[in-house]
Amino acid sequence: MESRINEFREGLLNTLKEIAYPLVAILISVIAGGILVYSFGKDPVLAYTSMIKGSLGDWNKFGETLVTVTPLILTGLSITFAFKCNLFNIGVEGQFIMGAIAAVWAGWAFAGLPAILHLTLTLLVGAAAGGIWASIIGWLQAKVGSHVVINGIMMNYIAMYTSNFLVRTALNVSGKAYSVEIADTAKLWRFSQAFVQFKHSRLHTGIIIALIVALVAYYILNKTVRGYEIRAVGFNPDAAEYGGINVSKNIILSMLVAGMFAGLAGAIMTTGVQYRVNTLFGFTGYGLDGISVALVGNIHPIGVILSAFLFGVMQKGGPLMQIQGIPKEVVGIIQGIIILFVAANFVKVIMGNIKQRKELKKTALQEGVE
Amino acid sequence: MEGVGFLTILGIIVTASIRSATPLIFASLGGNFSERSGVFNIGLDGIMTIGAFSAVFFSYKTGSPWAGLLGAIVMGGLFGLLLAFMSIYFKANQVIVGTAINILAASLTTFLLVEIWGRPGQTDNVEYFKAVGPFNLFTYLAFVMVIVSYYVMYKTPFGLRVRSVGEHPRAADTLGINVYAIQYICVIISGVLAGIGGASLSIGSMSLFKEGMVAGKGFIALAALIFGKWHPIGAALACLFFGFAVALETVATNLPVPRELLYALPYIMTMLAVSGFVGRSVGPAAGGIPYEKGEK
Repeated sequence: MESRINEFREGLLNTLKEIAYPLVAILISVIAGGILVYSFGKDPVLAYTSMIKGSLGDWNKFGETLVTVTPLILTGLSITFAFKCNLFNIGVEGQFIMGAIAAVWAGWAFAGLPAILHLTLTLLVGAAAGGIWASIIGWLQAKVGSHVVINGIMMNYIAMYTSNFLVRTALNVSGKAYSVEIADTAKLWRFSQAFVQFKHSRLHTGIIIALIVALVAYYILNKTVRGYEIRAVGFNPDAAEYGGINVSKNIILSMLVAGMFAGLAGAIMTTGVQYRVNTLFGFTGYGLDGISVALVGNIHPIGVILSAFLFGVMQKGGPLMQIQGIPKEVVGIIQGIIILFVAANFVKVIMGNIKQRKELKKTALQEGVE
Repeated sequence: MEGVGFLTILGIIVTASIRSATPLIFASLGGNFSERSGVFNIGLDGIMTIGAFSAVFFSYKTGSPWAGLLGAIVMGGLFGLLLAFMSIYFKANQVIVGTAINILAASLTTFLLVEIWGRPGQTDNVEYFKAVGPFNLFTYLAFVMVIVSYYVMYKTPFGLRVRSVGEHPRAADTLGINVYAIQYICVIISGVLAGIGGASLSIGSMSLFKEGMVAGKGFIALAALIFGKWHPIGAALACLFFGFAVALETVATNLPVPRELLYALPYIMTMLAVSGFVGRSVGPAAGGIPYEKGEK
């Protein structure tokens, strides 16, 4: 019994240690943002209170914040899943775009199917599109050896122009700068249909899907053989190979799953919020924000949920700050500073490992001398 | 297009290609220095934004475009230093730091734009470099910089050191080369060049700063660098080629291919090149890996 309590205490301490640094990073960045606001003669307290009021002030605002949190959880999970295999899935933005446009196609082309079936199919098509888009990057890394970051960046732009091409041609009927609308049978259920509190928000069941996916991601990574293999490849591919793990297969597979998460995020934006896709003049940002979300969430599925919520609050609080005369770009500045801080720590962990290895080497050398 | 000769159209396209290639050339030369020394610079796009904004800000404050150019150089260099410091001292993941710089740059410039000019969107008109002949100062400077970069990288001891640091930092260190110093210098140079590239947009081809005016040009420059096989002249030629794709779209209206294909062409070509389908492009061996002194 006692050993169990100790085990629990140790686990708790480790968790606290892990979340301590992201919290410190957030705190420092919030203070830095406050100083910036103050130095331009504005009230930092007003800035942050309006940020909170604008995002959590009432049920509708809370609902709208969750609408933003939903895709952020999924793109954050996408980054997390690939990162566990030591792959930096910067192509998440492209996978998000492909998921969104594929969902428009499925939601429009299969009109007439029963509602549940049509919605499920649409979400799956979106996830599959993101998964395929990502596994091309994974395949190129595993089989050809070209870098996952370079190909990811390139495929983000290719996805954007592919989507624009489809919006202008095959998925366009109006001649306008947006696509056809999906059928009602492919739309996610909205909370406003049953709860009067959420009457003026677009909150939909996508948030529940995102939370379930986070648990699934946690389960796959930590409780299955597949997850163990993926993490082993990420930790040391040579050792994994030696231990009989197929490195290429796991690289492609983890990119496939990461891409499916991102594609699902896009599909949920289509079926829950937009119902169509507009011509893009730049990235939506949901994918790239997933990088920040995953980093602040400590590359952990549960951490991602919390950090997505934080970013949702910051982003949805922006407009009210703007009304109070404080440019909403403060949010982006804070976000940038947070990532810089977290990135610096990341490495402290690695540096700790290096130190350890050095000490090992030193003892090995001493033994050699003796 | 009746009455307009083929040569005239060709002339227009060539001029337009060179104009749109100008900012790309600066940024990809910058990327070349950084990546040849082993540091990935994904922040090129953000640093260009900083350069474009700083150029307008300093030109606005002093009334001289030369001060604007100097401002872009200094601010670009400072952001280069930030990337260098994070990735060399903290050994932070270079891709993550670059992403942070891009986010910071976009938000910071828009924030300052609103605070200084009191409105979002764009700044007032400022003094800029007017065209001399068909191009402005920046275009001529870009071509000079290509030659200078080539000379420095391949004909000087410094260039040899840079390349050895990017290929095998341990071996370079053993021979007495200060790996960290070389990396700091190269990443700062990359910031300076990307800053000038940004300035060429705001006080070269225009006379103001607009939100989103860089719009991914840093990433096209990165693509050009890779497509040009991490070589100054190769990168410059790739920039001209990518500039040509843009120019073709603006000049010709009835193209047999979708315009989106032209826009996506630089990225498709780069993927093919880096994956070895059309003349394999291989980067510096130690690119992206933080160097740790004394580690085996």
